[in-house]
Amino acid sequence: MLKDALKIKVDRRDGKLAMAHFYVAFIALAVGGLAGLLQTLVRSGKFELPAGIGYYQILTVHGVVLGLVLTTFFIMGFQISVVSKTAGTLTNRQRLIGWIGFWVMTTGTVLAAIMILLNEASVLYTFYAPLQAHALYYIGLTLVIVGSWLDGTVIIMKYIEWRKQNPGQASPLITFMALVNTLMWIVATIGVAATVLLQLLPWSLGLVDTVNVAVSRTLFWYFGHPLVYFWLLPAYMAWYVIIPKIIGGKIFSDSLARLSFILFLLFSIPVGIHHQLLEPGIDPAWKFIQVILTFLVVIPSLMTAFSLFATFENYGRSKGAKGLFGWLKKLPWGDARFIVPFIGMLSFIPAGAGGIINASFQMNQVVHNTIWVTGHFHLTAATAVVLTFFGIAYWLIPHLTGRVLTKKMNKLAIIQGVTWTIGMTFMSGAMHAAGLLGAPRRSSYSEYGGSAQAAEWIPYQIAQAVGGSILFIAIILMLYIFVNLAFFAPKGDQEFPIGEPLSNEKPPMVFENWKLWIGITILLILFAYTVPFIDLIQNAPPGSKGYKLW
Amino acid sequence: MHVHKFEKIWLTFGVAMLLVFLTVIGVSAFYLGNKPPSCLATIDPEKVDTQAPFNEPGLKKVEGKEWDYELVYVASAFAYQPGEVEVPFGAKVKVIATTKDVIHGFQVAGTNINMMLEPGYISEHIATFDKTGEYLVLCNEYCGVGHHMMMSKIKVVEQ
Ligand SMILES: [Cu+2]
Repeated sequence: MLKDALKIKVDRRDGKLAMAHFYVAFIALAVGGLAGLLQTLVRSGKFELPAGIGYYQILTVHGVVLGLVLTTFFIMGFQISVVSKTAGTLTNRQRLIGWIGFWVMTTGTVLAAIMILLNEASVLYTFYAPLQAHALYYIGLTLVIVGSWLDGTVIIMKYIEWRKQNPGQASPLITFMALVNTLMWIVATIGVAATVLLQLLPWSLGLVDTVNVAVSRTLFWYFGHPLVYFWLLPAYMAWYVIIPKIIGGKIFSDSLARLSFILFLLFSIPVGIHHQLLEPGIDPAWKFIQVILTFLVVIPSLMTAFSLFATFENYGRSKGAKGLFGWLKKLPWGDARFIVPFIGMLSFIPAGAGGIINASFQMNQVVHNTIWVTGHFHLTAATAVVLTFFGIAYWLIPHLTGRVLTKKMNKLAIIQGVTWTIGMTFMSGAMHAAGLLGAPRRSSYSEYGGSAQAAEWIPYQIAQAVGGSILFIAIILMLYIFVNLAFFAPKGDQEFPIGEPLSNEKPPMVFENWKLWIGITILLILFAYTVPFIDLIQNAPPGSKGYKLW
Repeated sequence: MHVHKFEKIWLTFGVAMLLVFLTVIGVSAFYLGNKPPSCLATIDPEKVDTQAPFNEPGLKKVEGKEWDYELVYVASAFAYQPGEVEVPFGAKVKVIATTKDVIHGFQVAGTNINMMLEPGYISEHIATFDKTGEYLVLCNEYCGVGHHMMMSKIKVVEQ
């Protein structure tokens, strides 16, 4: 019965809901990508923005539109698709909640975008109180979060329904994973919702005069770090469950995949202070405790790396591969659905190493707020995650629109992935190098009064512009492929690949004990944050009034 | 739940490395004193100019402390006070800084001096200037339209 269910297409009506999310996501890619290109051009020193547009205005666009809009919309569309596919078509009520979520998110996006375009909100997506944006900017971003909660509700409802209908059975693996990511997202977004609703909004509306800056930052980063895991886990869903099917292999272990997701749930949230290592007002012992918790994600990361390569090797050997690395040759290198996410996986190796440096307590001082950090998350978010999302789009979009990925589009998709890789190698490589020399992030072009040190950074900034331009070409290719798959590709049945585990071993039911896992998650958060928050509130300096310095 | 033998080896090795690694940075921090700047002292951001030591920004020789000099900075959009300072070669200096308005960064390019300045808080870091030359001090945290113009200079000179 399960086997038959796996062949069924995603219901048309659920497909429409998912596609609505993808349209917004890819419009965001176009807008945010253009903003990114302009930033690298400005920083090369050879180009100035026309018509009074500010560098920090387009920097805000880039961060909001790619970091929040593209990711959240794509992830919600993807998660709704996999849940509809593996746990069953949404009920009318669930789908309605999904549509309301979509429109709430879209309204919020438009509101925030208008405020940024009017230059009322050049505070970046990280807020930076006491810089004070227009209240509608904060309201807009709040709506994006609230809408995502509604989308998340759909996934939770479907999961509960499935468990009721299948008592005593483990939920479908990818539905389980979507649920973990949703729960993590809800727990994490409480932080940003708290700073916006309790602090920034009343302050920007003039209801209160001052804001506690350190508390606001700590609440933001309580959200800001799990945010990156919220981007990453859908990529892991594809790596664990979808890629094995695409190559024709099996999932290495269903239970271990579930365990690694549970560990990500536990260790993604009580760690945000590692973004605040160089800040006053937080005791170094508590910073170090959060550093230790941060590093515990090494364990599920190692499990993931092992599982993926075990899947690849098992498959290669089943096809008769010999020798230590002979199995590599058996992988489907001509299939864009495999190779583009595979490049993403590889980029995670240097990306992970860089992340270890960033989080290493005192070593953070060498790189904090230099453009090294920007180089780092352009490997994690903008390569590992984004290329995996593109790899998903290549089959999911035509599956949902009743079309197919043609040979020609497959080839173009590979060219797209390779172009992206070349562009990112230049851009991220130059960012890492310039950062080690001290070049700051989030900064417009500057010669710093003729400083000899700043002059050393300029060749790297030109390399970043070269990389940025190549990346923009890759974005145009991706948009072309998206439009083709959404509207023009030939009609047909594109497979929705869902892998099956190597063994029939039943995963332990303890993984579905949410009282336990959410309970531990909350305990860890209380452990990591209670004392720092008490310190920040009890020893608070006088609050800050708002500034509009742009 | 079955765990493959190789995976057990892989995870045991990985977790062992992690413990070694965390021990190294822990010992470096709490035994050797290499902690990131985490000063807990506060100040009224509206009254920075009238309070010691920020009423007299710049370099001051001190006696009877673990460091030889105190170098005091006041940051505000989009400048540092002092805009330029000479530091004797080899001096052990405690850098003390705060901001009068929004959040700023304080980074001395090419050194490990790098800290966040937040309104209401004082940030400190002790460093030894053991290379002569001119160092660029810059703001590395977004603070507004002039953020990339915000700078100061430290000249480390033989005396
Ligand atoms: Cu500044």
